Amino acid sequence: MATTININGKALALEAEAEMPLLWALRDVLGLVGTKFGCGAGLCGACTVHVDGVAVRSCQTSVGDVGASKITTIEGLSASDMGRRLQAAWIALDVPQCGYCQPGQLMSAAALLARTPKPEDADIEAAMAGNICRCGTYNRIRAAIKQASGVSA
Amino acid sequence: MSGVSLDRRQVLFAGAAAGGGLWLGMGPALALNTPGEPVGLNAWVSIGRDGMVTIFSQNPEIGQGIKTSLPMLVAEELDMPWDKVVVKQAALAAVYGRQVAGGSMATTWLYEPMRKVGAGARLMLMGAAAARWNVPLASLSTKDGKVWDKTGRSLGYGELVDEAAALPAPDAAKISLKAPEDFTLVGTFVPGVDNEAVVTGTPLFGIDADVPGMKVAVFQKCPTFGGKVSKVELAAVKAMPGVRAAFVVAGNGDDYELASGVAIVADTYWHANRAREALQVDWDLGAAASQSSAGFAREAARLGKTRGDKLIWQDGDVDKALAGASKTIKASYHYPFLAHSPMETLSCTAEVVNGKVELWAPTQTPDAGRLLVAKLMNVPPEDVTVHILRCGGGFGRRLYNEFMIEAAWIAREAGMPVKLVWSREDDIGRSVLRAAGWHHLEAGLDKDGKMIAWRNHFVSFGDGKEFSKAAGIDEKQFPARFVPNFRTEASMMPLAAPTGYYRAPSSNGFGFVMQGFIDEAAAAAGQDPLAYRQALLGDRQVFGSVKTYDIFDAGRALDVLNKAAKMADYGRKLPRGEGLGIAFHYSHFGYFATALEASVAADGAITVKKIWVAGDIGRQIVNMAAAINQVQGSVVDALGGALGLEITLVNGAIEQRNFDTYPLIRMPEAPPVEVAFVLSDNQPTGLGEPAYPAVPAALASAVFAATGVRLRSLPIDQKALVKKSWRA
Repeated sequence: MATTININGKALALEAEAEMPLLWALRDVLGLVGTKFGCGAGLCGACTVHVDGVAVRSCQTSVGDVGASKITTIEGLSASDMGRRLQAAWIALDVPQCGYCQPGQLMSAAALLARTPKPEDADIEAAMAGNICRCGTYNRIRAAIKQASGVSA
Repeated sequence: MSGVSLDRRQVLFAGAAAGGGLWLGMGPALALNTPGEPVGLNAWVSIGRDGMVTIFSQNPEIGQGIKTSLPMLVAEELDMPWDKVVVKQAALAAVYGRQVAGGSMATTWLYEPMRKVGAGARLMLMGAAAARWNVPLASLSTKDGKVWDKTGRSLGYGELVDEAAALPAPDAAKISLKAPEDFTLVGTFVPGVDNEAVVTGTPLFGIDADVPGMKVAVFQKCPTFGGKVSKVELAAVKAMPGVRAAFVVAGNGDDYELASGVAIVADTYWHANRAREALQVDWDLGAAASQSSAGFAREAARLGKTRGDKLIWQDGDVDKALAGASKTIKASYHYPFLAHSPMETLSCTAEVVNGKVELWAPTQTPDAGRLLVAKLMNVPPEDVTVHILRCGGGFGRRLYNEFMIEAAWIAREAGMPVKLVWSREDDIGRSVLRAAGWHHLEAGLDKDGKMIAWRNHFVSFGDGKEFSKAAGIDEKQFPARFVPNFRTEASMMPLAAPTGYYRAPSSNGFGFVMQGFIDEAAAAAGQDPLAYRQALLGDRQVFGSVKTYDIFDAGRALDVLNKAAKMADYGRKLPRGEGLGIAFHYSHFGYFATALEASVAADGAITVKKIWVAGDIGRQIVNMAAAINQVQGSVVDALGGALGLEITLVNGAIEQRNFDTYPLIRMPEAPPVEVAFVLSDNQPTGLGEPAYPAVPAALASAVFAATGVRLRSLPIDQKALVKKSWRA
């Protein structure tokens, strides 16, 4: 099925069945591999993207579901000031170990800061609890969110 | 992981035997250079005429930070500003010697050689400048990527590199190195070289590989280990949308290599996996189907009432000492099977052209993978090329390369390049398990509470003669040599499932057991757990040696123990239901102590408030950024395991399949972890593993302090900690 999908501000032609999960349309059809596969069941958050600004698990969201919605992936995060601040904090505090979950962590963090620019610890925990980091970088993820949002650690 | 020596000459010999080695790698690189390209001074350092330096990092990156730390060592001695260094993953090549992420051995083995690589390149550049200026080499110095003479003249490395490359490599034995106090880069906080690619979603990991014409493969294996395909109907699967091929792989009957299964190749992972869901396979479950975790637990308990079949180590006379002890204590400890579950599931991309195999593999052991593929595909090893790709976590899982041979086999059978991707269900369901273990312990105390006897009957897995992989116990495991009458004996149960090295192999379970039982001895003696450990460690004796792999330096253990206690303000009074625990463990040449503060709610729920860790890995931390990250990560990993992870076997199959039943720790459960390093005058050693083992014991110690309830089995059953079970 040929359709048009709006990703990172661009309308892209997509040849995919309506029931294909967005994750695999991004990775295997469009070649946007920054969004990661972790569990395929909405349990780990590695595949998190924004659909109209809301963080969703792209492994549980089908191409048909997103329709004309605006999708932002990790490849489009640096389009916003806040996205760039998050990326800079992630780099400066050396958040990643293996780094595989971090695109999903960043997308969840960006969705958090979009609605709660100055998050408390409880806000951070609630927003990030769906994202697993197998390397255990949670101390630094928390610190980086605070640094990017200007909240003192 | 063991049986390795710290003798550097052996490393060099090993490399030379493989046709390369460090000093060959440092040899004249001129012949390898391409006109117009950056000039290689040795196998690790290449310099462009614009002065940009490329440093090749030889080992696989799995999150341990090696791709940053090894090049830092080179750049330090090269006197090269870090912001003018580009780091690239080295190819798999004999010239580099051992290219493995495992055993926390890279820093141990490469700390000095990588500095010599940088220092050697620097000497060649200085030699070129000396010739250009016709001055003695000794009159020259380097700074900021330039060679300087005493008059203040300078030449950039880029201006010298062509002449430098024509010079013979310096004699490695005669290369002198910087004094550590002159380091400007090593020891500082340097963010990972791939961080920018990580945060922008740039293709980087094994699963991101892309080869022209590539399709995606899934491989369905039997739910039981050792099982095989009996009958399968493939016509319907082949007719499904996007499917390019579907076929049975007979395998070689070895679960570490190529298991029997059904391969499906399709346009996308989704197409392949959807076809897999429609598969109807009759499996021959094999002999493993009679094995279950419940059965192992019953047998381990029965064996606990007997003496072990195999004597591991003995000092003095345990029976006599126990008979004469003022007090004896007995307890049985257990830790479960675990799955590594790296965040990136196993994947590998393979292409076979004219019998030659090319692989893009996120593996911890690329050369072992190459040899495995060559063996099973029946091609010469030189016809197998492996590209080392960044791994989305390892933890030991990628020491085993089934995914590489599966990808290569499927690519050849399908006649097209494929990217094999394991589902999470494949990953957990076909784990190479951290072996479960049972320890039946007995200790004797004299009238002052001093430990005079220790018996450990260790029940593990094996064929009766040899333990299953990574399921054994070392002779000198602490507190061996600190208790005069000491005996470790073992019994083995046969296990069909494969076992393997899991972060801090063996130690990841032993730390909980040994430190937990020492905590019990302290309580039985009526002594404080910290003071009891200090007394047990005694007067800073050093036992064994690094060379014989049995060193234990009591002074180093004491220093980290005391440091962690101080950081946590150990000894402060806490209300009922809250506790501060302490434990230490030595592994991988690293000494680590953990203090942990926890509270237990009336319903038994544990909240870990904070963890303090002190570690001694020698005189120098290479990269403070990665070092702290590794310790924090190891601690969070160990805590998560203790709080909730367990793999169980039922009828030979793993019950857990995804993160709903295998609940990895999440941010709300992860406490702040404060890290300090105690620097001692010892060789710098690795950090990927040794911070892990003491954590579960510190947690058990804290829970005991809070509730009086002793935890002897992992994962912790928090329901058993309800307030009515608390003791005085």
